[in-house]
Amino acid sequence: MGAKKASPDLLNSSFSFKSLKLKTKQQELLLRVSILGLVYVLAFIARLFSVLRYESMIHEFDPYFNYRTTLYLTEKGFYEFWNWFDSESWYPLGRIIGGTLYPGLMVTAALIYWTLRFLRFFVHIREVCVLTAPFFASNTTIVAYFFGKEIWDTGAGLVAAALIAICPGYISRSVAGSYDNEAVAIFALLLTFYLFVKAVKTGSLSWALGSAFGYFYMVSAWGGYVFIINLVPLYVLVLLITGRYSMRLYVAYNCMYILGMLLAMQIRFVGFQHVQSGEHMGAMGVFLLMQVFYFLDWVKYQLNDTKLFQTFLRITVTSAILVGGIALGVGTASGYISPWTGRFYSLLDPTYAKDHIPIIASVSEHQPTAWSSFMFDYHILLFLFPAGLYFCFKRLSDATIFIVMYGLTSLYFAGVMVRLILVATPAVCLISAIAVSATVKNLTSLLRTKQKVPQTGSTKGVGSSKSSSKVTLDQSQPFQKNGAIALLVGVFYLLSRYAIHCTWVTSEAYSSPSIVLAARGAHGNRIIFDDYREAYYWLRQNTPTDAKVMSWWDYGYQITAMGNRTVIVDNNTWNNTHIATVGRAMSSYEDEAYDIMRSLDVNYVLVVFGGVTGYSSDDINKFLWMVRIGGGVYPVIKEPDYLVNGEFRVDKGASPKMLNCLMYKLCYYRFGELVTEYGKPTGYDRARGVEIGNKDIKLEHLEEAYTTSNWIVRIYRVKPPTNRL
Amino acid sequence: MAARNWIFAVAVAVAVFLSLSTFSSAQDLQIVNAERRIDLSSHIVKAFLTLKVENIGKDPAADMLLAFPPTQIKNLAMVQALAVMGKKKKKTYLPLDVKPTEQPDAPNDAGYFLVSFATPLGPGETVTLEVLYILTHSLEPFPVEITQSESQLVYYHDSAVVLSPYHVKQQTTFFKTPSTRVESFTSVEPANRAGKEIKYGPYEDRAPYSYAPVIVHFENNSPFAVVEELVREIEISHWGSLQITENYRLTHGGARHKGVFSRVEYQSRRSITGSSSFNALLAVLPPRVNSVYYRDDIGNISTSHLRTGFKKSELEFEPRYPLFGGWRATFVIGYRVPLEDYLFEAPDGRRYLNFTFGCPLVETIVNKLTLKVVLPEGSKDPSAVLPFTVNQDLQVKYSYLDIVGRTVVVLQKDNVVPTHNVPFQVYYTFKPIYMLAEPLMLVSAFFFVFVTSLAYVHIDLNIVKK
Repeated sequence: MGAKKASPDLLNSSFSFKSLKLKTKQQELLLRVSILGLVYVLAFIARLFSVLRYESMIHEFDPYFNYRTTLYLTEKGFYEFWNWFDSESWYPLGRIIGGTLYPGLMVTAALIYWTLRFLRFFVHIREVCVLTAPFFASNTTIVAYFFGKEIWDTGAGLVAAALIAICPGYISRSVAGSYDNEAVAIFALLLTFYLFVKAVKTGSLSWALGSAFGYFYMVSAWGGYVFIINLVPLYVLVLLITGRYSMRLYVAYNCMYILGMLLAMQIRFVGFQHVQSGEHMGAMGVFLLMQVFYFLDWVKYQLNDTKLFQTFLRITVTSAILVGGIALGVGTASGYISPWTGRFYSLLDPTYAKDHIPIIASVSEHQPTAWSSFMFDYHILLFLFPAGLYFCFKRLSDATIFIVMYGLTSLYFAGVMVRLILVATPAVCLISAIAVSATVKNLTSLLRTKQKVPQTGSTKGVGSSKSSSKVTLDQSQPFQKNGAIALLVGVFYLLSRYAIHCTWVTSEAYSSPSIVLAARGAHGNRIIFDDYREAYYWLRQNTPTDAKVMSWWDYGYQITAMGNRTVIVDNNTWNNTHIATVGRAMSSYEDEAYDIMRSLDVNYVLVVFGGVTGYSSDDINKFLWMVRIGGGVYPVIKEPDYLVNGEFRVDKGASPKMLNCLMYKLCYYRFGELVTEYGKPTGYDRARGVEIGNKDIKLEHLEEAYTTSNWIVRIYRVKPPTNRL
Repeated sequence: MAARNWIFAVAVAVAVFLSLSTFSSAQDLQIVNAERRIDLSSHIVKAFLTLKVENIGKDPAADMLLAFPPTQIKNLAMVQALAVMGKKKKKTYLPLDVKPTEQPDAPNDAGYFLVSFATPLGPGETVTLEVLYILTHSLEPFPVEITQSESQLVYYHDSAVVLSPYHVKQQTTFFKTPSTRVESFTSVEPANRAGKEIKYGPYEDRAPYSYAPVIVHFENNSPFAVVEELVREIEISHWGSLQITENYRLTHGGARHKGVFSRVEYQSRRSITGSSSFNALLAVLPPRVNSVYYRDDIGNISTSHLRTGFKKSELEFEPRYPLFGGWRATFVIGYRVPLEDYLFEAPDGRRYLNFTFGCPLVETIVNKLTLKVVLPEGSKDPSAVLPFTVNQDLQVKYSYLDIVGRTVVVLQKDNVVPTHNVPFQVYYTFKPIYMLAEPLMLVSAFFFVFVTSLAYVHIDLNIVKK
């Protein structure tokens, strides 16, 4: 506003200054672009904590597989990658990589890498992979801006961009180094939704086409595309029911569905699921329903007779539903349409996995969400969300209906599974942004009109949309002004708390690579436990190249990526029986386990043990899941055998089966000789705070091959069978 | 075993064959006194040979030959010779030119080095030479595989007498072992052992090419750190720094580890277990080094300490795991040093890099060293100057924002020992204007982007007029 009041003599004196002077609209644009630019940068740098604190490295488990495949893609090219049969995992089955992964992430990273190389920036592919997630998070903020602009106004768009840039629910999956599918998928998800809403709003084929391509990218990147292919039809259905059917919707949905489906079939992992799987049938049903609707519309136009049309309507709808139902029934019965998968069931019914599929239930990120983690990940958005819903309902349009549906459904799923908080985050941010933006806008307009009323004496300067608020304003002026100021201060206080909370959460909770553990020493200095990499590098350098390593499936990807050795099972848990076999070996006595290991051709066994350092997510604590998963396939393994009065113990009171099973022996081998903590007896397990029950462990068929410096990873060599001569 | 039998055969053959053969120049010299001290305390065998040479011929001799048995010649990393000038207190040493040579009638593939005297040795004159030669991979572990609690024992094969094409009047050989534990040694009278030293000799009047094979079997727990391959890349940036990247492939070259590795024993009974293993290494880096990193294929390795000093910097680091016999580790060390310490301008206007050859790790053998000097883009006429022979090659490397690529001078040498850490020079011509190429490129790229966006904003691309 300052430039508006530039003194006239200054204008006369210099021409250039006059030409540089910006109009209000240009100023607004400049402000908006610079805010967006800052948000873009902020979203990127807020995710760099782990790089600064640790190093530029890949985090967690799955990203290591993604990194390994990306490396392969950049080295060997796309066709080799697409046809890659990986014999290093799932020994002896192997894995067809091209047909069992979502290639979107790898191809994206490789494209960025090749572009940079073309521009003569010779970066390492690892750096590209590490920074892919922050880069796409930045892009997501831009999409969030446009989305917010589409459903509300530019102000809401800006707030949405700022909120999503630092929202912990999103940061948790997109810090530098978490090179996972979700990193690009959330961008793709939001982009698809945005383009679809835009298409519905304009009825333009080009936006619908864009949306189909967005969907294709999403399908290529993440299995979560199922959410899109179910939410969009649901949305269309709701519009149909609420009488909002229009030609725009018809064009948008048909183009998006048909093209999106055809494109998605190009991804081998997805294949013909769009026409064959139960999870995708809803979309097809809605597609057919649209045609019926269109047809009916046409008939209604042709008939001009209400009574006849009513009859026709009844017949058509009944027969359409009948035909659809029969087709679905026949398809399902003949096996052409596959039933819903376990993961899908467990989403709809949270108790399903616990009873039927222990392997899904064993993953911590598949657990139902606790209230605290909602608070942790959303902070003030949690109560801005209902406020935003209120605003959306007040100004109902096709776009706001969409965001409301997206918000509500995804929030339900977020409650079912912890990891799906991620999917809900953009919706929560957008709806909260509407709340913030609308509130702040109302409040400031209150303040501004009040200032202007005595000065100009007219209310023409204010936008026409706010005429209703002006009326109330004129009635009670002094009280409202103070109230508005107080509320504004309150909003800014809340927003600044949000920023502080987000920074704190990012720095404390979401920026540790989990492959390197850090602890505070006695003098406040930082101690690094780099045992995982120590063990993996040892495997890589000092074992035969064709050695097979058996470990619990959590470490499979890391062993193949960092240790470069063949594993029996890994994090791609596609074969439950194979995992159960490993679980059975781990929970059997040594000689029984030896037979299983011989049959699987195992050379080395790797276990993770936290008894020396007090690292609690080790194999002993995961052990009951191995028993459950093993017992699920092999009934010889019974969970009660490992428990004493329903309690899991490792000390003297533990069950004899527990004290002598392979996992126990491998974890505690020669641990009984060690003093871990001053003033405690030898063999004191710091992770569980007990003295172990079996200190005299003898191994017959295995021998210790390597134990890392803090004992976190222990590797055993399986001895060849003794000569029987 | 085959090797030893073979050496016997050599000895016998040599004895028969040599009495007949005559050397035109060889007969003119004789060695009055030879004293050899062989240091076996680490895995790099250093031999100090003091020779008193007399010309008994009629013509002045310009050079003399040093002979080595074929088993040693392939492990010989370096031979240096100094002439001792002056008397006892005022001794000065004059480095002499030593180069490998071929002799057409060499008995049993013996290898030769030709030492050129500073001034030809006149008839009847004597000169004292100090010869240093270094052998690698000459300690053969026996037993070949040991467990964690065992100590490492090695064989060393040599001759009790100096192999020489000349008559040797008097000679003595000393072997210095790292500890007093010597399992056995071949006796060639007079030979005796006192503490860490085994003395062979003195032997009188030995004919040319005399050979008396001896084997010493002793304990050696010094770190057998062998770098199988080292690639050092020195990238010159005229903007003020040298970036050095060193790729190591390290292995423990001693007796292979067999059986279990027990962490309990390794951490609680450190003094008696894993005595031949090592887990710390020391690299001597240039002074004023900065931005040092130590990492491998899977990330940073956090166990390293850097001490910087005026004369040198020391980087003490540990591989991810202790190295037992036969275990391997690969890693990368990188650092940066200021340019002004290493890049100079020659009087003829060319620039030259003056840097240290060899491997910065202390007491290690490098089987294959490749040193790449990456010159700035636009450099011409590179030439390398080294005090010893290496394979030279030229490559092109593309780095950030390069268009024509950078010239890379590749120097490659096998069997490198710490004694090879001597300065070498790479000369090249470079026009300073090339320094501006990359910044200008960036500036113009940004300029282009802005101009395009400016144009885009101002040009109406709509087909339909609004």
